Amino acid sequence: MAELTKQGIGRVLAKQGILIAFVVFMIGFALANPRFIAVDNISGVIRSSAILGVMALGVTFVVIGGNLDLSVGSMMSFSTIVVLDLHDKIGPTLAIPAMFGLTLGLGAFIGFLVGYLKLNSLIVTLGMLSAIHGLTLTWSGGQNMDIADKSGTWFSVFGQGNIAGVPVPILIFAGLAIVLSLILSKTPFGRKVYAVGGNGKAATFSGIPRARIVFLTYLISSFCVACAGLLQASRSLGSQNTVGQGLELEVLAAVILGGASLLGGSGTIFKTVIGVLILGFIQNGLLLMGLAFYVQYVVTWVIIILAVWLDIAAKRGRLLSQIA
Amino acid sequence: MNKDTLLKQGAIWAFIVVELIFFSIAGSYLSVSDSAFMDFDNMLLLLKQSAPIGIIALGMTIIMINGNIDLSVGATYALSAIILLDSMTWPFMQAMGDWAIPLAWVFALLTGTILGAINGLIVWKTGVDAFIVTLGSMLGYRGLVFMYNGEQPTSHLNWTLVDFAEAQFLGLHTATWFLLGAALLLWLLMTKTVHGRNAYAIGNNREAAVNAGIRVGPHFLWNFMLIGFLASLSAVVFYSESGSVNPNDGMLYELWAITAVVLGGTKLTGGYGSIISTLGGVIAIQLLRKGLGHIGADTETVNLVIGLILIAVLFLDRQLNRKGKEELKT
Repeated sequence: MAELTKQGIGRVLAKQGILIAFVVFMIGFALANPRFIAVDNISGVIRSSAILGVMALGVTFVVIGGNLDLSVGSMMSFSTIVVLDLHDKIGPTLAIPAMFGLTLGLGAFIGFLVGYLKLNSLIVTLGMLSAIHGLTLTWSGGQNMDIADKSGTWFSVFGQGNIAGVPVPILIFAGLAIVLSLILSKTPFGRKVYAVGGNGKAATFSGIPRARIVFLTYLISSFCVACAGLLQASRSLGSQNTVGQGLELEVLAAVILGGASLLGGSGTIFKTVIGVLILGFIQNGLLLMGLAFYVQYVVTWVIIILAVWLDIAAKRGRLLSQIA
Repeated sequence: MNKDTLLKQGAIWAFIVVELIFFSIAGSYLSVSDSAFMDFDNMLLLLKQSAPIGIIALGMTIIMINGNIDLSVGATYALSAIILLDSMTWPFMQAMGDWAIPLAWVFALLTGTILGAINGLIVWKTGVDAFIVTLGSMLGYRGLVFMYNGEQPTSHLNWTLVDFAEAQFLGLHTATWFLLGAALLLWLLMTKTVHGRNAYAIGNNREAAVNAGIRVGPHFLWNFMLIGFLASLSAVVFYSESGSVNPNDGMLYELWAITAVVLGGTKLTGGYGSIISTLGGVIAIQLLRKGLGHIGADTETVNLVIGLILIAVLFLDRQLNRKGKEELKT
């Protein structure tokens, strides 16, 4: 009987572990510093997590489909630079769709390589990380990009505006999360993404067009990147060429923290959002405790390893691996 | 060596020859400098500049032959560099005069080896995939780098050390000797020893390797310690000369190293790859950087070109393999 409850607890922990850890974290930080759960602090954290979060939503699709996307950081730099540059040249109304078009084009190219040509996603997106970085630098000539008239443009509404008291980045993040969550869990397409990632061969044999599904996951990912680039550009109205550098791995960390397996076939949008928020609140909590920003790197390291380890340990029923 | 492996391992060297010819010819029309691209000193410099990424890429080859990956080498590189430079300012080290240099090297190399061992132990004991483990420690080790000295650069210039690092022996720079020496030793390790044979066996078919009695866990541990050691060796070679390290140094080195290894033909899935071909991959990338600079292309195009070449290599490799298999069938 005791054995049974122990197993039961283990299973609950394994299934909802990340949520429980999140709650424990929040309570711990709140006790340490009451300011942590003030409404403006929480809204501030979500707002600053929105860019990372929006990108993580798209990468969740790619990862569930059994692939990786290391190019999102450099692609985000690209869309930020492009939209800022075009803003002054053709005006914001045209710049935004143009930037979305170009970013989706990059996503389609990656999707074609990984989906239809069946090339290894890690190397393709690694190559694209470098290539898109080169593209961005060529576009900007290596210069920082700034909007000339910063106070006279409505473009800043996406990153800085409020609607009914709620910051627009939060609304965009939440809206995208809800829509993508519905697509993933309620549509035939969503089920096919899981099928392709869970067992690609079986999916092909049951008539699911693997190539097209993978292609679409990259298209979704690049759409999310374009949204993130829009938020970034609109928030700062000026940018370096390397604004998204290194974000690809932080995004992946959030997705993994949310419990998506890198082997594909598992993960949800909701869990990814939790993963993003955990990263955001850890960073914020440590800052409020007076620790430097880089302490969060070490904490994130420990948390990622523990989260994945406990997940695996619960599945195999023992803590240590059976590797000889 | 049969025709197939000759074709695969020769491909990267053929590519290097093509690069040399292309940049020499293009350079004679486009270059603003008077010296030829294949200038002897220029080539020596090229080898020297290949050393930091090259030494790491050699270790990455072994990790990838195992079927693993290590994303934390850039951070390991930075932390070892900080230990190297900072340890020379410790009071008891300063009291030792120039004898502090070998000791500082030992400290730096130990740092890398220990960081590698941490990765290896986690991979072994938890069974978590190396990609995730090293993704985590890439962040974690970078955090340690920042915690050591905040956002300040760490500097210490020791002229004896600089003289050593800038020295040329038989025409080759110190860094080049380290690169070639490491390549030779690792080539021997991978081709002549049981450990090397096991590495291929594990990458090819892990289950079969376990059944054959190979202890996979300790094997992984050794290899992660080896790449940690090499990352710090690379730092030792580079920072002995430069004498100053920023906390962001070494970022994206893991991606450059992986790019070089893949260009050299090593398979991500494990079981296939060669140290010598990786050396070719490293030289090919450095040639491309230098060559594009030589013909007056903007430095930013290097990223674009290397990224696209990486994808093209992946595509060609797949096509070649598929063709080979179809020939087998008929």
